Amino acid sequence: MITRKRLAAGACGLFVALTAGLLPTNAVAADGPAKEPPKVELVLDVSGSMRATDIDGQSRMAAAKQAFNEVLDAVPDEVRLGIRTLGATYPGDDRALGCKDTKQLYPVGTVNRTEAKTAVATLAPTGWTPIGPALQAAAQDLDGGNATRRIVLITDGEDTCAPLDPCEVARDIAAKGIHLVVDTLGLVPDAKTRAQLTCIAEATGGTYTSVAHTAELSGRVRQLVDRAADPVVTPVATEGAKQCEGAPQLKAGLYSDRETFGEHRWYRVDVRPGQELRASVSIGADRAVNNDYGVILRASTVHGREIVRGSEAGDGRTDVISTGLRYPKAPLDGDASETPETVCLQVSNSFSAGPAVKTAPGMPVELTIDLVDGPDEPSDVASFGLGRGWWLLGLLVLTGLLAGLVWGWISRWRISVWRTN
Amino acid sequence: MRTVRTLTAALLAGAALLAPASAATAAPSPTPSAGQKGEGPTEAGTGFRTATAFRPGQKATAAGSTGDYLYWVLPVDAGQRATVRASVTLPEAASRHGASTWRLDVYDGLRRRQACTYGTQTATAAREAATVELDCVLRTVRSGAEAWSNDPLPGSYYVRLTVAGLPEEDLGLPVRAQVEAGIKEMGGAAAVDAALAEPLVPGIAGASEEQRAARAPEDGWSGGWWSDRWLWTAAGGILGALAGIYGYSLTRGSGRPGRPRAEA
Repeated sequence: MITRKRLAAGACGLFVALTAGLLPTNAVAADGPAKEPPKVELVLDVSGSMRATDIDGQSRMAAAKQAFNEVLDAVPDEVRLGIRTLGATYPGDDRALGCKDTKQLYPVGTVNRTEAKTAVATLAPTGWTPIGPALQAAAQDLDGGNATRRIVLITDGEDTCAPLDPCEVARDIAAKGIHLVVDTLGLVPDAKTRAQLTCIAEATGGTYTSVAHTAELSGRVRQLVDRAADPVVTPVATEGAKQCEGAPQLKAGLYSDRETFGEHRWYRVDVRPGQELRASVSIGADRAVNNDYGVILRASTVHGREIVRGSEAGDGRTDVISTGLRYPKAPLDGDASETPETVCLQVSNSFSAGPAVKTAPGMPVELTIDLVDGPDEPSDVASFGLGRGWWLLGLLVLTGLLAGLVWGWISRWRISVWRTN
Repeated sequence: MRTVRTLTAALLAGAALLAPASAATAAPSPTPSAGQKGEGPTEAGTGFRTATAFRPGQKATAAGSTGDYLYWVLPVDAGQRATVRASVTLPEAASRHGASTWRLDVYDGLRRRQACTYGTQTATAAREAATVELDCVLRTVRSGAEAWSNDPLPGSYYVRLTVAGLPEEDLGLPVRAQVEAGIKEMGGAAAVDAALAEPLVPGIAGASEEQRAARAPEDGWSGGWWSDRWLWTAAGGILGALAGIYGYSLTRGSGRPGRPRAEA
């Protein structure tokens, strides 16, 4: 067993070394980890309702402040953190004014813990709950560069500034393709708040947490901030065409796009003979969709002949539905030209939704393209055509025995012939 | 192509046998996220891109909220049959409003859903239950397959754990999850004569050696050329040869006709 492992390790080591030397380095560019420091903005509700004392015997505001202090102490150094408040300044009854009440308490940047804590300490529960405008402003705060972005929204009530639906705002922000995720935390939430916050989280690929204790709040916010610090591959935004002709030419890498219900999107990939194309796609269910759904990823030639497809269907609660395909292009014999074949990739989905659900912007599509060396064509079902099992041993023993006997008889016959002569 | 690759692998394997020290340096280093055997990562990803890597034999844990989609990724090599087990520690019964259904899904490196041959892939926890246990036994991974088949291939396997159904009020409550995977070597019975040039690991073409090692099994990818079929076939050859000698000796008889004359 140990020998086997060592063999495998040795062989693998060589293999890795060989391939690493041969690979083109520019292929990495598309999916290398983001170099810029990740940006996070904490958006805190400071509306009047935060006065309620129902979290571990203290007020929601006090719990939030305590959690913020703990989070600020533990922020990873590479994270650029900002704090924005909503409903912190205007205590009056004018809706128009109350719904504009969001301000940046601490700008997004390297955290000075003392300054940030002092700023948080000044907060007192005051006004309205303009979640939509706050999200828009927070997205603005995080704008620029190619960093991963995360908004952590902490609130205890639903948005009070209709008709601007914060969920629509969140989906629009996500549709900009700036890799922005909104995580929401509801403090002792009611049904409406929960629905709104889950909708916001779902629309941006974030998470929703319901909080009833201070420890839960600080633990979760810390986890979310840490998560932002994890290096992650950021996809390259692309836009698939309606047909293969004129579709964007993709290289190996990770891509993002949007696709509405029942839409088809096409992409093109060049595959050289002897290469294998690996493509996978996942479509996010970022809104309330009907219970049954599916996705097809189809590879076809430029003339429309289907080569291979990957398909998947599902039902019930899900974040994404995904499928993938492999297309090994056979190597050409002799000195045939190395011209690559253009493969058309078609992504289609069978999501549907009720009439109340908006179809635009489309659902997030994530497409990965890999081009690797082609596989070895099997010459037999079994590995190297080798045999296995007792039938094989029996047959070989029988054959050997018969061969020995025949050989023996022949040689005896020859000896007797020789002797008689 | 395969012959060449196998020959180089065999040569290298020979070199590795002769010089164990050099083989140790060539072997991939452990993953950054997972340290010693047994203790795995303590976080989970939220999607295919952010899935947290762990290895069979390690215990990966994570804290999350009910409703989160928790993702992990583990390497499974050719000839192995993986069993993924998950256990969810539910929020306090007092804060819950009803039964919840949990689901464990496994996807391969191409994000294709993989079937569980058996196991409790979906389980419903009663309102007062403290934990839910889920498991999934995958099919045996083959070293290669036709492009049109959905056979499991060596590479990354994604594990997704989530709640599939619950009362709306219970969304967002804190849960703890734990995932581990066991590997059973299925031997040569599953050894097929096809091999991928690279395991099904997303982005492997442009990955650095370090990134490759992080996604590979502890001993690296086997390459799929070894199976106990070599032993069976070799043993068959030896037995056949022995049987041949025996058969030959039978025809000689006991008297050995040549010898008495030579002595005489």
